[in-house]
Amino acid sequence: MATWEPISVIAEKVRGGELKAVDLVEQSLKAIEEAEDYRAVIAVTADRARERAKAIDVKPKGRLAGVPFIAKDNFLVFGAETTAASNILKGFNAPYQSTAIEKLEAEGAICVAKANLDAFAHGSSTENSDFFTTKNPADPTRVPGGSSGGSAAAAALGLAPFALGTDTGGSIRLPASFTGTVGYKPTYGLVSRSGVVAMASSLDVIGPLARTVEDAALVLDVMAGKDELDSTTIDRDPINYFPLTINDSLAGKRIGIIKEYMGEGLQPGVKQQIEQAVQKIKQAGAEVVEISLPSLPLALAVYYILCPAEVSSNLSRYDGQRYGYTYAEAKDLDESYMLSREKGFGKEAKRRIMIGTYVLSSGYYDAYYKKAQTVRTKLINEFNEAFATVDLLLGPTAPEVAFKIGENTEDPLKMYLTDIMTVAVNLAGVPAISIPCGTSDNLPVGLQLIAPQRADRALLEAAKAAEGVLA
Amino acid sequence: MAKLTRDDVLKLSKLARISLSDEEVDEFTDELSTILGYVEQLDSVDVIGLSPTNQVTGLTNVMREDEVKDYGYAPLDLLKDVPQVQDNQIKVKRMIG
Repeated sequence: MATWEPISVIAEKVRGGELKAVDLVEQSLKAIEEAEDYRAVIAVTADRARERAKAIDVKPKGRLAGVPFIAKDNFLVFGAETTAASNILKGFNAPYQSTAIEKLEAEGAICVAKANLDAFAHGSSTENSDFFTTKNPADPTRVPGGSSGGSAAAAALGLAPFALGTDTGGSIRLPASFTGTVGYKPTYGLVSRSGVVAMASSLDVIGPLARTVEDAALVLDVMAGKDELDSTTIDRDPINYFPLTINDSLAGKRIGIIKEYMGEGLQPGVKQQIEQAVQKIKQAGAEVVEISLPSLPLALAVYYILCPAEVSSNLSRYDGQRYGYTYAEAKDLDESYMLSREKGFGKEAKRRIMIGTYVLSSGYYDAYYKKAQTVRTKLINEFNEAFATVDLLLGPTAPEVAFKIGENTEDPLKMYLTDIMTVAVNLAGVPAISIPCGTSDNLPVGLQLIAPQRADRALLEAAKAAEGVLA
Repeated sequence: MAKLTRDDVLKLSKLARISLSDEEVDEFTDELSTILGYVEQLDSVDVIGLSPTNQVTGLTNVMREDEVKDYGYAPLDLLKDVPQVQDNQIKVKRMIG
């Protein structure tokens, strides 16, 4: 397992000439090759990475000078195909790059590989990848979580100092929890999604998976801010997200432990780790109170209406005509649509498109889609009421530790339930983080901290302080 | 509880422009009924006085100047992933027989 110094230190050493970007890239590529059995990576961008490293070494500059990273394969990146782990996009070479990638490159970071995911980010285990399943570094018979499972495994294995993921219903935080890494889901709109394969546009965000909160904060700081290519982006905090000050970040903080996440369905081993973490956070000076958001148990039902609805709309662009797979033998346009999509999409994409089409169809729209959007309002109101009395919310990231490969694949609803503690955050658009919080049966447990919209900096500072007391 | 029939699923597959195998139609008939059964717990939720949430940023009318910007992409580069191209246009199959 490769180890890396803090990202800011690596970049400083590259800028000072003490480390060479070309060596860092080779170190990363070697780590990827050695960890091949875990199948975290779909493709390497070795040629382009080596070229960029050479250029950076001539005149090293930037806050991420020479720092290798791995992008989930739903980011448009030069140097390899962008497939979103789907057959329908196999062979697709991006004509432009994601804004997030451009911003990281502008600070000297170097993308070395594309990470595996559940196809189109639909899933909680990477088992829905149309190509292969990624193995959990903590136990290769288990899933790494999803959908950013390849990115999380890459961060856990140290294939690069950080990886990028996307989070629509927990796809950064869940795999972070399952692999013992840090996964950050920013406030909705804080990071541009231009050039990232869209899943559910009212929920999708981009964020880092890393080994420490500090590393995640630096990556966020580079990516955050308005982008004219994504009109949903919001202004960044006038105070940067890095470096973080942690003096007394927990002392005097009022933290609400979410009652609905600590009850039925929570594995005893996970519960125990969370309760121990709460004790340590209290000892660090925080006041921890129990808090109830009564509509939280409804969040998954809301999510599994809104998400498939938006998915069915976003995935209509994969029609076999403009890019991606096409069924060449079709006799007319309609048959080309029907058969290109049948052969190009995997089962989960089809399942979600079908659910989405149903809930949006005439006669059902009000009963499903509009009702879900209205319950979403109820949930947001409860978050707002909670944040009127506490600074942060706390709970487990997932009700369980990583499950066995194949354990949930026969039952889609059971798989969906994996996301029960992460989806509400996306519905409310608030920021959240998963940090490592001990183990249960030798498998990582994740602690989730949630803050009000745009309180990303305060959340990262509290998480860094918590990381310190939990270590 | 929503109980979907095979015909419902076939109709959806036409609306969504995805052909399905017989086996998939059977599977989805069961699975979609189960999933829709789960989400129907929302039916009984009291939402009187609440409006639907369409977005969470609070941004309104994000506008830009209506001007041509050169992002530096050559048309041919943008067409390189298209399955069939003719005269710099995307070519599709005939629409009507």
